[in-house]
Amino acid sequence: MNRPVQGQAMLPDAAAGAVSREIMIEVLRYRSEADPKPAPRTYRVPFTDDMSVLQGLQYIKDHLDGTLSFRWSCRMAICGSCGMMIGAEPKLACMTFLRDYYPGSLTVEPLAHFPIERDLVVSVDGFIKKIEGIYPYLIPKMPRRLEEGEYLQTPSQLARYEPFSDCINCMLCYAACPQFGENPDFIGPGAMALLQRYNGDSRDGAQAKRMELVHTENGAWSCTAVGYCSEVCPKQVDPANAVNQNKTKSALDFFLRVLRRPAHSKSRLSGGGAS
Amino acid sequence: MIGPRPYLRPAESLWWAYPPYLAYTLREVTGVAVAGYALVLLAGLICLASGESAYAAWLGFLKSPWSLALHLLFLIGMIAHVWSWFQIMPKTMPRLVIGGRVLPQKWITTAGLVVAMVAFIIALLVAAWIRV
Repeated sequence: MNRPVQGQAMLPDAAAGAVSREIMIEVLRYRSEADPKPAPRTYRVPFTDDMSVLQGLQYIKDHLDGTLSFRWSCRMAICGSCGMMIGAEPKLACMTFLRDYYPGSLTVEPLAHFPIERDLVVSVDGFIKKIEGIYPYLIPKMPRRLEEGEYLQTPSQLARYEPFSDCINCMLCYAACPQFGENPDFIGPGAMALLQRYNGDSRDGAQAKRMELVHTENGAWSCTAVGYCSEVCPKQVDPANAVNQNKTKSALDFFLRVLRRPAHSKSRLSGGGAS
Repeated sequence: MIGPRPYLRPAESLWWAYPPYLAYTLREVTGVAVAGYALVLLAGLICLASGESAYAAWLGFLKSPWSLALHLLFLIGMIAHVWSWFQIMPKTMPRLVIGGRVLPQKWITTAGLVVAMVAFIIALLVAAWIRV
């Protein structure tokens, strides 16, 4: 395929003395108003050792092709906006360095398994709906009045769920999950990690409500324990752990449902339907 | 409008055949070896229940070169499965908090592998003892 290469200029703000090298960045471009389907386009980008892939894309947008679209905000792995496939792996562009792909070239594509809106921007609607569906807030076990003080928790109780609260919603785990690729309705690793963040919290009392969602085929049971989601997570959230410990819980609920019937039917009556 | 928006890329159906999913594929495929072992043992049990000649035939099958080759294949598959399974085991259980600190996942994997190895050695010793 004929892949046009756009020219380069001197790195305008290269620090004095910093050695500037050049790298070829192949970006999968798609603009629905002009392209029938996504196609790669290669850019020659000068870079210094401290430049991230995000900075490489910013260089392209500022100096080579202003029509390139991509999401970014914080530049320090906190906002979760710049997730994309870099060298076919799901990565945050701000956390990945051009120097690691030199010499040679790198490919940049939108996050796998998500519909492309434009260039590197993917549609996040489905993910947002899943997050909304898991009751992503504390529903106190024993509601307290203000004068009764705060909800207390020991360090051990905190340790049981703390990493699951570190998720930045970057969706890299979804791009890593082949089951989400085959079934977009699968709740997926990220939303399940957030679900476990609340279900594992000693102060929360809405476990039964959220388990209704876990029990379904699109809940924990669509996962086949590939484990790649945890490997690509930039915040060590370990979503594979969140999904798979919920399989155990779901199975226990199934086998113990006879013993737990009174409690179970009570929770059903209190309106726990998954949305 | 020229292209659809949003654009859905075709799903990759052979994802399991490429890295980084090969470790997972290996774990799933070698599960067949575990089932194979179980089936051979089950066949032995059925033969034992149906009489002496059937049991002798089963023992005869175990000594055949075909059976030895099959068992060598099962053993390789079983070792790969055990190795791979204990790598993923910490993901399948709740986080173990001991004295306010989370037990590292590596320890769980190592403990599982050590138990499997000890069980394997004990099984070998018992087999050697029965033979003598």
